Amino acid sequence: MSEHKVEMTVNGARLCATTEARTSLGDFLRCDGGWTGVHLGCEHGVCGACTVIVDGEAVRSCLMLAVQADGATVTTAEGLAAPDGTLHPVQQAMRENHGLQCGFCTPGVVCTFAALMDRNEQPDEAELVYAMSGHLCRCTGYQGIRKAAKALAEGTVGQSEHAGAKA
Amino acid sequence: MKPAPFDYVAPKTVAEACAILSEAGGGATVIAGGQTLMPLLNLRMSQPFILVDINHIEGFSGVTRVAGGTRIAPATRQAAALNDETLARYVPALVRALSHVGHHQTRNRGTVGGSVALGEPAAEMPATAVALGATIEIASVRGTRTIAARDFYIGPYMTALEPDELVTGIVYPDWGDSHVVLFNELARRPGDFALTGMVGALALGGSTIARAGLAWLAMGPTPVAMAEAEAALIGQTLGSIDIAALSELAMRPTAPFDDHHASAEYRRTVGKRLFEKTLRAVSQVKEAA
Repeated sequence: MSEHKVEMTVNGARLCATTEARTSLGDFLRCDGGWTGVHLGCEHGVCGACTVIVDGEAVRSCLMLAVQADGATVTTAEGLAAPDGTLHPVQQAMRENHGLQCGFCTPGVVCTFAALMDRNEQPDEAELVYAMSGHLCRCTGYQGIRKAAKALAEGTVGQSEHAGAKA
Repeated sequence: MKPAPFDYVAPKTVAEACAILSEAGGGATVIAGGQTLMPLLNLRMSQPFILVDINHIEGFSGVTRVAGGTRIAPATRQAAALNDETLARYVPALVRALSHVGHHQTRNRGTVGGSVALGEPAAEMPATAVALGATIEIASVRGTRTIAARDFYIGPYMTALEPDELVTGIVYPDWGDSHVVLFNELARRPGDFALTGMVGALALGGSTIARAGLAWLAMGPTPVAMAEAEAALIGQTLGSIDIAALSELAMRPTAPFDDHHASAEYRRTVGKRLFEKTLRAVSQVKEAA
């Protein structure tokens, strides 16, 4: 059983720890980094809750080893909002459109949307909904998430009556 | 739901990787994207002593044109292949099939070579390699060899790959500029393994079919080539195919399985309909054109 010194940048902060080869990126982020916004659900790549952004791409943190992410730049749900607390447009869209209920699947959902939005490719609603097929929401709150996707695609985030002040 | 302990190595060259595989004497498993292997590790269905990560091997990612075909390096990400212009032009059936492989998030890690090498019978990549007549390049400390995808699959997750061997590339032969792509599958949810499905290509010489390559996914212990149906298509025009007779031929080599998703009978019934529907769509489109 080999152990490895793994170093990565998580939400702008350096995370360096020695871990077993078998440690998943998701467990590493949670247990060694304290980034508990990473939610591990099924741990076999089906539910999508553990999705994080690794070097700009949305990936399942349960299906990647921590050692494989050595040197990577990782963003979790905690890293999406601006330092002053201003929500990322994806978070704002989810908030305005009741895109979350219990919140377990939410960190993965926002990471998937954010990875697509931040590439500046102007994804349309269909692309965002297609990407959503990689996430399960057991509250079956899909319509709210779908509305958030629509608002993101149409650029109407922040114009809703539910926009409100930041938390 | 955590893997059993293992050692991890990330070789930089094929020679280094082959030496590790050889020394491990069957105790090593290769990881590329890990999108199928990691669940198997997490569920402890796979318990290697050594995990050999091939993502850092030079030249193991990318798509190149070779004589008479297109070569995909084994650790090429599925997401990259899905958006690759060379593949879109020369191997469109693969691109069609790739859009059904897992999810956006798993395709960002998952590789074409990993899926081909693992040999999940319901997966799109092995069936596509069989349908299109791909050749798999293999290396070990004993040398290199190639094997036809049609000879590669032995059973579920069982292939002709020896424990000390490594897949180093997959070559998809050219099917001609205006070949017809066939793809259809039924899955409960997008990204799930197919309950049944088919993939293929028809090369046209003038108005008649000059070459046909067809394979089933999830219709047996391996991807299933439809050899009799392929032979029957040669020389026919797209508009004159006897689809009912052809689907009987296509069904002959299938040996679908029962599992908690669907019965074998269901797969047979739906698979046959799906085949007929796909062929009908192709013949009608071409008649109208």
